[in-house]
Amino acid sequence: MAGADLGALETELLGEIASAADLAGIEQVRVAALGKKGRVSELMATLGKMAPDERKSFGAAINQVKTKVSDALDARKALLDKAATAAKLAAERADVTLPVRPGPMGEGRIHPVSQVFDEIAEIFADMGFRIAEGPDIETDDLNFTRLNIPPEHPARQMHDTFYLKTPGTSLTGEKAPFVLRTHTSPVQIRTMMNQKPPIRIIAPGRVYRMDSDATHTPMFHQIEGLVIDETTHFGHMKWCLEEFCKAFFEVDQVKMRFRASHFPFTEPSAEVDVGAEAIGKPGQWLEILGCGMVHPKVIANCGLDPEKYQGWAFGMGLDRITMLKYGIPDLRDMFNADLRWLRHYGFSAFDVPTLAGGMST
Amino acid sequence: MKFTLSWLKDHLETKASLAEIKAKLDQIGLEVEGIDDPSAALAGFTIARVLDAKKHPNADKLQVLQVEIAPGKPSVEVVCGAPNARTGLVGVFAPLGAFIPGTGITLEKKPVRGVVSNGMMLSEREMQLSENHDGIVDLDAKMADKVGQRYVDVLGLGDPVIEIKLTPNRPDCTGVRGVARDLAAAGLGTLKADKKLEGVEGTFGCPVEIKLEFPGGDDTACPCFAGRYIKGIKNGPSPAWMQKRLKAVGQKPINAVVDVTNYISIDRGRPLHVYDADKLEGAIRARLSKSGETFLGLNGKSYTTDDSMCVIADDRAVLGFGGILGGEDTGTTEVTKNILIECAYFDPNRTASTGRKAGIQTDARYRFERGVDPAYIEPGLDLATRMMLDVAGGTPSTKMIAGKPPVKAMSIEFSFDRVEKLMGLKVVDAEIRRTLEALGFVIEGKGPVFKITAPSWRPDIHGPADLVEEVARIAGLETVPSAPLPRLDGGVTRATLTDGQKRVRRARRTLAARGMVEAITWSFIRQGEAEHFGGGAESLILANPISSEMTTMRPSLLPGLLAAVQRNRHRGFADVALFEVGQAYRGDQPADQFIAAAGIRAGAARLSGTGRHWDGKAGDAGIFDVKADAVSLLQSLGFDAAKAQITRDAPAWFHPGRSATLRLGPKVVLAHFGELHPDTLKLLDVSAPAAAFEIFLNALPPEKKKSRAKPPLDATDLLPVTRDFAFVLDKGVAAADVVKAARGADNALIASVKVFDLFEGGNLGADKKSLAIEVTLAPKTKTLTDEEIEAVTKKVTAEVRRATGGEIRG
Repeated sequence: MAGADLGALETELLGEIASAADLAGIEQVRVAALGKKGRVSELMATLGKMAPDERKSFGAAINQVKTKVSDALDARKALLDKAATAAKLAAERADVTLPVRPGPMGEGRIHPVSQVFDEIAEIFADMGFRIAEGPDIETDDLNFTRLNIPPEHPARQMHDTFYLKTPGTSLTGEKAPFVLRTHTSPVQIRTMMNQKPPIRIIAPGRVYRMDSDATHTPMFHQIEGLVIDETTHFGHMKWCLEEFCKAFFEVDQVKMRFRASHFPFTEPSAEVDVGAEAIGKPGQWLEILGCGMVHPKVIANCGLDPEKYQGWAFGMGLDRITMLKYGIPDLRDMFNADLRWLRHYGFSAFDVPTLAGGMST
Repeated sequence: MKFTLSWLKDHLETKASLAEIKAKLDQIGLEVEGIDDPSAALAGFTIARVLDAKKHPNADKLQVLQVEIAPGKPSVEVVCGAPNARTGLVGVFAPLGAFIPGTGITLEKKPVRGVVSNGMMLSEREMQLSENHDGIVDLDAKMADKVGQRYVDVLGLGDPVIEIKLTPNRPDCTGVRGVARDLAAAGLGTLKADKKLEGVEGTFGCPVEIKLEFPGGDDTACPCFAGRYIKGIKNGPSPAWMQKRLKAVGQKPINAVVDVTNYISIDRGRPLHVYDADKLEGAIRARLSKSGETFLGLNGKSYTTDDSMCVIADDRAVLGFGGILGGEDTGTTEVTKNILIECAYFDPNRTASTGRKAGIQTDARYRFERGVDPAYIEPGLDLATRMMLDVAGGTPSTKMIAGKPPVKAMSIEFSFDRVEKLMGLKVVDAEIRRTLEALGFVIEGKGPVFKITAPSWRPDIHGPADLVEEVARIAGLETVPSAPLPRLDGGVTRATLTDGQKRVRRARRTLAARGMVEAITWSFIRQGEAEHFGGGAESLILANPISSEMTTMRPSLLPGLLAAVQRNRHRGFADVALFEVGQAYRGDQPADQFIAAAGIRAGAARLSGTGRHWDGKAGDAGIFDVKADAVSLLQSLGFDAAKAQITRDAPAWFHPGRSATLRLGPKVVLAHFGELHPDTLKLLDVSAPAAAFEIFLNALPPEKKKSRAKPPLDATDLLPVTRDFAFVLDKGVAAADVVKAARGADNALIASVKVFDLFEGGNLGADKKSLAIEVTLAPKTKTLTDEEIEAVTKKVTAEVRRATGGEIRG
């Protein structure tokens, strides 16, 4: 075959390749050209009958054609492959605007009171305070008597304190009325009776009083603090509460006011106000806690020597400081389990307060 | 406790402003509840004179007044509807722009029936001074020379009323003088000396006998009763100055002698009573009442006594409760001629108890229940006598005293360095001495330990700490320097939470991470609910619940959560996942209180998402949703739930066939989970299916103290092999038994067994099911041969058949 014919064959095959519309078309062209009985293959088969010189020159020419055709086939195939993939992907197009589920992390919430409890535990842990706990059902001995609240005190009346129908037994073995603890202070007593000083505890928990109106609920949360050793004094308490308020409200400075007051279980006693600029409301004072030096009688009532040991205690409303910090308007909502409220004021499981990461951030 | 500024200044010589007084009161423990300054609301009103009054041209009942509002200035025209408006009247004028407290209106310039009124002449009601609205204020014509001056200044109405919230330990400050003494001690002035009283001791004996009638002489209820008779009084209204003060602090003037008793009660914290002596029969005495005696109180109500109350009685009947309320029958009136003054001491606790039982709160009770000054019985009687003679005349008898004043001197050994030890505040000895003496304490001895005697009016002083408090509050707690609390262990803070506390924390965050929302519900629930959930024992019922919905300590967290679920459903949330971690009660002992973590999934509130979604139908949450919660929670708390036994004996508030209990051995119950029984939903009025779990955190075994370093990882490069099996089983066979049997076929080689399919129905028959498991073989040392795999496969088939009767599905 002459060189001109080879050239024509090449042109023809390359033309067919270029016009193949899909992978099947390409395969057809490949078989027709390079298949066993393809036109190029058949020409290759003629080489054997040729004279060596002719074979050499024709062989080289035909190989050249073969290579060109083969390359063109590959190139065209790659192009068609790409187009086919593109078409497939185009067909798989999704509506990316369809909504996804929020997922459990988006739905779940921690109650603000639990969150604030964790914050407080974190802050006081840094000052060496353990968390102490006590039962909700106490005898009036622990809830009142040992705290130097005498039997005729108004707080012990039925309209202030929940009593259980059946009496219990006091620590000294006498019959004693059971009450729902009206404050977390019995935990002070339990701690002093069971632990040798030095003592540093906070005691958070539920407390109960017969009150129900716009600003009172029959159950609420308090947190108690107690420090007992041989030298700790009012100045230490002041510092500790100031440091707590700064850490809790996450401000560099906080104005605090200690006003003399009276509680049966502390002497001297004080009520403490915080300058409301700490929560972004300058110009007001907000009462947040009561505190004082533990009354010597209370220390003695727990079997410790009041001449040797002294200390201080404070109590504050956990719900109240939660409301102050997080701008929650109504105490009653705390116990209403309203999903709208919980989702709005609640916290993510990941919002674990730490000293390093901050309380609320 | 209320008093006015001028009243305070009767006892306190001071130049301090009202603001300084308020700040000092707050500092020293006499918290100011409020200051009512009437001059503030009336400050804009001035004295004015009507120069001319003419009938309004367009209205019969109105007049047009020409009013002189400042001397020598042109008059202003005012329209007035008061019938008493007339030429020459001196009254009170409010200019345009003034706010009228009685009507709530701010005066604007606008015509009244065509005539512009440039202000207003005021009635007392419009100034909220009284209910009088018969006409405008009509002052003495002599007041004309005060025209233009402030009404409050001219009438002396600008006397601020201070109200303090008195703590129960301070009976001395139920009297103005006590407050003044505290302020003087705190450096705000000096306490004025008491005037000497003249002419109070009469020449004739008290004609009414006074007795203490207590069997066995136990007169603690009323250890002292002093009295004096005054004959020939003229009991009209008390003088204006006294009425003004009483009114300012909310007391209604009655008559001269009663007003004196009320005045001294506030002035000195010394309650008194006065009888119309002519209405008394025989002797007057203090005694304990007998059950069922009755009297009509001065407040118009009848009272019946019991046998614990201290009463005052004459020969005929009970007259009143001692120290609380006098009787109507023997009270004084304007025609009373002869009186008996009572000045007694009543026991604080008995007074409080009687007052509570009778439901009476009076100014007398307020003072006696705190403990009045026992040394001020005779002086109080003398002061009352003097003032009554001043306001009502008459001739006094000698005084008669039954019993003795219960004055007990409280002496305390006190070293001044106690102040610094307890407060961390250095106060110089001279200042400690000055403070205590200013408060009435007597200091004896040369130190360093002094003998300090408390004044008779301070029953709250018992020991050194009380004296420290006196010094500290007068110095001001703000002067105590803050002192850093030393670190307990130095260095970095140690962990403080107990395992139990950590579990509570972790439980909360695990459940929140599973899409549940934390609620806090009441510790007390309805009795019926408590009973349904296995509680309601007598020992857990409140004696005085606040409502029938909160009678009984909860045995479980679920009833409160279910009620919360339904409240949310009523608000339009069909699918609700709530949890609570908190206490519940099996009995009244501390050990009976336990911590549970409970959750409810109602409607389609599932882990994957809540409610309907385009990407798949969300079915209602069921047993396996809450089983997953329970198992995950246990896992999160460091407990492998696979180690627990699952038994079918969940409590009756669960669906009997779709619930279970997780146990650790036969005794320890770790958790219940499952769908709730329809009866439970009905009881709590829940309108959707709900599944719940409750885990008992205290029941979990204590965490083993492991070494911090973990054991080395056990992993090989040999590929695990899996083989699937499908068994046909009786429907009642538990999947766990199949898994356990398969697992046990070769403990060394079988790494895991998973259930991947459950099929019921079809041609299996109604009592059969097919369960498919995937068994993973994990070779440790060499690749398994086909023969070895085949051998294990046979063992699995045989073990499952042996344990459950299951056959390989053909």
